[in-house]
Amino acid sequence: MRPSSSPEPASALAALTWACSRDLRIALRHRGEVALVLVFFLLVGSMFPLAMAPDPGLLRAIAPGIAWVSALLATLLSLPRLFAADHADGTLEQLLLAPAPLAALLAGKVLAHWLTTAAPLVLLSGLAGLQFDLDPEDIAILALSLLLGTPLLTWLGAISAALTLGARGGSTLLGLLVLPLAVPVLIFGAGSVEAASVGLGAEAHLSLLAAGSILASMVGPATLSLAVRIAFE
Amino acid sequence: MAAINWFRFASPASFYPLAGKLTGLFGWVAVLLAIAGLYVGFVIAPTDAQQGESYRIIFIHVPAAWMAMFIYVVIAFWSVFSLALNARLPSMMAQALAPTGALFAFIALWTGAFWGRPTWGTYWVWDARLTSTLVLLFLYLGLIALRSGIDDPRRADRACALLALVGVVNVPIIYFSVRWWNTLHQGATISMSAAPKMAQTMLTAMLLMTFSAWAYAIAAALHRVRTIIIEREALTDWVGRLVNPVQRQRQP
Repeated sequence: MRPSSSPEPASALAALTWACSRDLRIALRHRGEVALVLVFFLLVGSMFPLAMAPDPGLLRAIAPGIAWVSALLATLLSLPRLFAADHADGTLEQLLLAPAPLAALLAGKVLAHWLTTAAPLVLLSGLAGLQFDLDPEDIAILALSLLLGTPLLTWLGAISAALTLGARGGSTLLGLLVLPLAVPVLIFGAGSVEAASVGLGAEAHLSLLAAGSILASMVGPATLSLAVRIAFE
Repeated sequence: MAAINWFRFASPASFYPLAGKLTGLFGWVAVLLAIAGLYVGFVIAPTDAQQGESYRIIFIHVPAAWMAMFIYVVIAFWSVFSLALNARLPSMMAQALAPTGALFAFIALWTGAFWGRPTWGTYWVWDARLTSTLVLLFLYLGLIALRSGIDDPRRADRACALLALVGVVNVPIIYFSVRWWNTLHQGATISMSAAPKMAQTMLTAMLLMTFSAWAYAIAAALHRVRTIIIEREALTDWVGRLVNPVQRQRQP
């Protein structure tokens, strides 16, 4: 990022859109990296039927869990991309010094990351659902649960990724931090499909996921900017 | 004036000798209470009508499980001070408590498995309580791993404090989500919340053991914090005098 060519973000909204569009542009120029995460998501899902008897009933029963665990692992794998390159070339430090609210800049980065990682997973979950012979209604609920749950997951992951910047242990350490915190998302996400398929209705699970994501989007920016500041102490 | 007396011990140099005295005190309290608790629990307390002798493991299991949860809250408490005041000692306390918390979580899981085998017929069930204790153990391990992954101690302090605070918000959510997940998956085949009324001696033994575990946790954390203080303040004068008084006196 050359200072001369970068616009001067002033308001929070301008900072957010600027950071988001910058990261989207970068993602667009490294399409392979984005695609890798999606391929990984489908690959992990395809491993499960190979590891057990391909009994359609059994696969249908565990499909939501597999889809959610695969999404969790794919998100985890993509998290270092959020800050690592910017940390290495000094961009993140410049963002810290920029005359725009850091929380808004980081929220823009997280939004871009969600758009390039989690949003495609929502679309791809339909394909995973077909692989496991789920009903169309269940596929819709699976996609909806991913849509509502992944923002919370992305915020938890972003905070953990900022905390582990430059730490030894890399992505393994990141997994140890993120996965226990992600347990509720996993339970409510996979549980929503299961609840719908046994006729209990998925509304309660989906509402909780949405509530968690809204709450995370409210407290996430401030927490994340604290985490990033800690990384530069 | 009282405030000044409180902050006196916020300095590692003046806290170090106090921690030494308290370590001994709480260590002996822990030993005496453990002897009393184990005696009441294993000799005086009657055999349980349904579970036989195997129930006696709860005198270790329940205090360990309580302490595992409690210590995480204490870590979060010190983490608030660490982040808000940017002080060294609260971070050191949080760092010192984490291994003890992990130890208690592990003991709770281990003894639970040993109790579950004769009572439930299996070492492990995906019960809400077991699962959330397992997640708690992973949270402790995450704290310890993050600490050891960051070389700069001040940065590690603040990163761990923030992680502990994110974790403590999550702990109740994890507990209730796991409970809900559990009730959705399988009926409540095992319920400990509706336990039959406990004999007086059993309760006495459990309380004695709980206070013993509490005293042990304090003693272990204070002992560990003394090591951490010495390690981190190794280059200061007072540690130099403490570690090697004779040599220091000879130097002009």
